[in-house]
Amino acid sequence: MFLTFPIMVIRVNTVENVVEWRWNNMIIIGAGSFFLSFVWRYLLKKKETGNQKAKPVETDRVPLSQRLFEDHKIYIPAAIAIAVFAVIFPFVFSMYQTNIMITALIYVTIALGLNIVVGLAGLLDLGYVAFYAVGAYSYALLNYHYGLGFWTVLPIGAGLAALFGIILGFPVLRLRGDYLAIVTLGFGEIIRLVLENWNEFSFGPSGIANIPRPGFFGIDFSLRGATIYIYFLMIGLTLFTVFVVNRLQDSRIGRAWVALREDEVACQAMGIDKTKTKLTAFALGATWAGMGGVVFAAKTTFINPASFTIWESINILCIVVLGGMGSIIGVIIGAFVLILLPEYLRAFSEYRILLFGAVLVLMMVFRPGGIISNVRRTYKFEGLKNKTEMS
Amino acid sequence: MEYFLELFLGGLTRGSIYALIALGYTMVYGIIQLINFAHGEIYMIGAFTGLIVISVLTLLGWNQIAILVIASVAAVIYSCAYGFTIEKMAYKPLRHAPRLSALISAIGMSLFLQNYVLLAQTSDFLPFPCLVPDFEFWEPYSHIITSPELVIIIATTIVMILLTFLIKFTKIGKAMRATAQDRDMAMLVGVDVNKVISFTFIIGSATAALGGVLIASHIGMVNFYIGFIAGIKAFVAAVLGGIGSIPGAVVGSLVLGWTESFFTGYISSDYEDVFAFLFLVFILIFRPQGILGRSETEKV
Repeated sequence: MFLTFPIMVIRVNTVENVVEWRWNNMIIIGAGSFFLSFVWRYLLKKKETGNQKAKPVETDRVPLSQRLFEDHKIYIPAAIAIAVFAVIFPFVFSMYQTNIMITALIYVTIALGLNIVVGLAGLLDLGYVAFYAVGAYSYALLNYHYGLGFWTVLPIGAGLAALFGIILGFPVLRLRGDYLAIVTLGFGEIIRLVLENWNEFSFGPSGIANIPRPGFFGIDFSLRGATIYIYFLMIGLTLFTVFVVNRLQDSRIGRAWVALREDEVACQAMGIDKTKTKLTAFALGATWAGMGGVVFAAKTTFINPASFTIWESINILCIVVLGGMGSIIGVIIGAFVLILLPEYLRAFSEYRILLFGAVLVLMMVFRPGGIISNVRRTYKFEGLKNKTEMS
Repeated sequence: MEYFLELFLGGLTRGSIYALIALGYTMVYGIIQLINFAHGEIYMIGAFTGLIVISVLTLLGWNQIAILVIASVAAVIYSCAYGFTIEKMAYKPLRHAPRLSALISAIGMSLFLQNYVLLAQTSDFLPFPCLVPDFEFWEPYSHIITSPELVIIIATTIVMILLTFLIKFTKIGKAMRATAQDRDMAMLVGVDVNKVISFTFIIGSATAALGGVLIASHIGMVNFYIGFIAGIKAFVAAVLGGIGSIPGAVVGSLVLGWTESFFTGYISSDYEDVFAFLFLVFILIFRPQGILGRSETEKV
């Protein structure tokens, strides 16, 4: 780290503008980086010593988060408090807040979907937003051409997204790690570019406006009523997602995914159908993105291809990784942190993405497991000291 | 036939541009199996540094070619420093972490650098002076291929030859190959792995910076966002050629350049990127390891 110190000071040069020379900034940044380099070195050292200390006791150490969830005295009141808060939220806070909350909940749903693909099955998907786009566009287009309602399209959108998931899944089955990442990235871009350029089909970059909000057995709401309705709908959908993903995790297919992530060859030797397992992961992951997309279209009432860029995919991926891959609670917290934090930091909007990038790096360096890392269920044998495997 | 030749040469230039960036990608990937998302940003920073040096020197009234040389050297040195720092800060602590963590860290770094330049400079497109003079001896051919394009093609060829030489015949090249094959084993036989990795990042950044200055002067403008798009394209090219192999990166880039050029010329320019990606998918279906990549046998 000592070597980087001079570079940090020289780095200031970029601040010089073409004509004006801003020496002021140079001094500030020089001092700042000098100070930061010390903090950085201190933290890094602390992390290293911390690792060494932690090693001997690792066998029977259960993370704090895990203990919290197992202790019913804390768990039940906390769940009730969250439920009450969720119910009264739209009535207490303004519509703006409710809208942000809906966005956050949509992201929770699709991040949980991506969690199946990346977190459980270990397939790095950088084009996940394509399925989100498929969902959103299927609602917008089906409604525009055939006048289909929200509830009809919700399963159709999810099904279409799943179909696309399988279409994508087939060619990439043979690919490993990084090749898979780049092909999925390409797939995401293909979908976006087609939507942008195929004017007759998707109305091009200008997008589709006036998408109706969801109705409740034919009753039309006011704007505020509709927002609250979508809010509760999203809560329901999120709970449903959490339930399904939770059940999937410990099911036969869920364990097959984890096995596939850990070791493909060994997994095949155990008689798991690789093709089928991977395809289900893609299809199921895409389903949630499709549903999220339908709700997104219904919520904003306007969509265009600009909402589905690769940054969106990366954003969702960051939620999953930041929250802790494979862990449901972690992903939920990650979604709230990554969506709500930028909203409430509007004051620093200029520096927002700068900070976001820095946080990602720091997070990965100092806590690579995410906020709440997943602890795999392990079977302990009596009398045998079983190594707790952290995935 | 004239049109065909034009497209062919256009594709060649385009491919050379991608190749300059893709080389850095492929080298870094070959050694630490990491998609360095921040590589495009290094390219962008190289272009910006070049621009700043050029503006300052133009104010002082220097000779054009001298400016070009000094700007390139400054951009290369500066970007090397960046590449080195990025590796030390964002990737080195993650060497033993899961691959995905390092990837996220790279994405974070890319976001950070992009916005750092955005805030420190400007969000507008800045005009970049075309520094390569029109060579007199090239006059008769300049309607087919202009001299800046010629310089780019020649620069790519030289860089590729130098890199191949470096990796095949020098001591550090041998160390790099050893590290790429098996890092722990290389460490055991006395290769300073950290130094090798730093060196790789420095070389990669140097080619990216050189590319930054040349390409910006060819296109004529820079912006904080250019790195991302160029980075994605170059990465596609690197994968196409078989990631981790240096001739592969160049071949992949040229193939990508030609594909795009011909497709745009004969069919439609709207779907240029769609076609590039579809092409990638098809290549990977039939040759999952890329055009020149070695196929790896799965070991248990």
